[in-house]
Amino acid sequence: MSETVLRVGAPARPVLVAEAERPAVRLTHVSKWFDTAGRRQTVLDDIGLTVGRGEFVCVLGASGCGKSTLLNLVAGLDRPSTGAIDVPGGRRPALMFQDHALFPWLTAGRNVELALRLRGVPRRERPERARRLLDLVRLKDAYGKRIHELSGGMRQRVALARALAQDADVLLMDEPFAALDAITRDVLHEELARIWAENNLTVLFVTHNVREAVRLGQRVVLLSSRPGRIAREWAATGTPEAALTARVTDALREEIRRHGRR
Amino acid sequence: MAAGETVAPREVRETAAVEAGLDALDSAPAGTARRPVGRLLRQRLLPPVVAVVLVLLAWQAAYEAELKPDYLLPSPADVGRALSDQWYEGTLFSTVWTSMERGALGFAAAVLLGTALGLLLSAVRPLRVAVGPVLSGLQSLPSVAWVPAAVVWFGLTDATIYAVILLGAVPSVANGLLSGVDQVPPLYLRAGRVLGATGAARVRYVLLPAALPGYLTGLKQGWAFAWRSLMAAELIASSPELGLGLGQLLENARSYQDMALVLATIGEILVVGIAVDLLLFAPLERRVLRSRGLAGAR
Repeated sequence: MSETVLRVGAPARPVLVAEAERPAVRLTHVSKWFDTAGRRQTVLDDIGLTVGRGEFVCVLGASGCGKSTLLNLVAGLDRPSTGAIDVPGGRRPALMFQDHALFPWLTAGRNVELALRLRGVPRRERPERARRLLDLVRLKDAYGKRIHELSGGMRQRVALARALAQDADVLLMDEPFAALDAITRDVLHEELARIWAENNLTVLFVTHNVREAVRLGQRVVLLSSRPGRIAREWAATGTPEAALTARVTDALREEIRRHGRR
Repeated sequence: MAAGETVAPREVRETAAVEAGLDALDSAPAGTARRPVGRLLRQRLLPPVVAVVLVLLAWQAAYEAELKPDYLLPSPADVGRALSDQWYEGTLFSTVWTSMERGALGFAAAVLLGTALGLLLSAVRPLRVAVGPVLSGLQSLPSVAWVPAAVVWFGLTDATIYAVILLGAVPSVANGLLSGVDQVPPLYLRAGRVLGATGAARVRYVLLPAALPGYLTGLKQGWAFAWRSLMAAELIASSPELGLGLGQLLENARSYQDMALVLATIGEILVVGIAVDLLLFAPLERRVLRSRGLAGAR
């Protein structure tokens, strides 16, 4: 995070043009297919996407659009069939799952500490740093709690703290709030927005929820389904949320309708 | 966030307050109330005690009805006398200790070997396909079947006894670890990879802790097999050169036609088996499951 100078605690929008020069993630002509039982199934088709440093990009799509596959590729959990994925920061991106994926044999604090340990933070510093990260997601008191003692929203906040502990250049989020109730999701949106703005994060956020995408993202990218292609893209800055939500919803419905006609 | 608003401090405070409220409402109540000791004793200890007393009463009744001559069916009191004789001769603890020492040593070696074997098989797919079925088969082979072979190979020595223990317990431990590893949710492995846990770190920080419940079950079964194997070995490989263990005592009692001592020894073998399970494995298992939120209120 060398460019802290750009925005220190200022939630103002960064300048997209300047940051496109040094992107945090760049996908060029990325395709992914799986060969099952002699049939080739293309999941992602010729995806080109650039996420600038400090940018918050939401990828929106119905089921079967390959959203999760896209994140797996960027996270390095899987390889593209063709094309190139560039994460210039060099560090492994952090990834948050829909299911918190916290380790139940560790306390919340230890989960965060494990992430610190795996990236080489010395033992002495770990507890203090873990506490600070939990404090950031407003879970100071959860340090010694077991995962099963926490609510769904608290688990996702611990998962966020763990992801932040990786100090990655890019945070990938795979529908992290989809399984939460509406009020909890609402609150977590506000928290994520705050943490993003305060910590100079780059976020690539995948969701099927239009309101979520419009609310969080500076840019919303619509993926078509089967195969996943980039269908449309909107800049979310400058447009009233409700109007944009309506427009994006229309486009998504149109995408989905196409599949019924075939 | 579509419009570039600045989050006002008041709004942030409001979010924090709502969040705190949600946290308080949603989280599980802190710790379940401890059940009073008296009730716990009544509910968990009383039934087995009653069952044992009933068995003893039925036994006494059978003895008094003289269903069998008393050199075949001694009374509970005769067996108690055999036990107290052992106690006063000072052989009770030394005999039990000899067997337990062998059992513990053999089991420890079986855990080391079985764990290494399980890890190797879980890591090398072709090896697992080749050896896995054999290992499962070995688990159902009564280890007493190895005793004659071991006696021929090693003679009447401690090596025979340990060989039989290992052959009995290693497959259980290895299989337990394998099934524990198989049951690890793939999500944990992916999360581990994202965090940078690869190679040895992956095994140490993700795979082994995640596989612990299955592994513990394997250990428990491994101990049961080790103890049984030990008794079989001691019973058959009985010679004055070998220290006197429970199995040898059992064999000696049989050759003296001392039925009370036979039954007393069987009781001792049973008690050791139950005690190790109750005092070692049950608390361990309960702790592991409870800390993961997997155990019900038990």
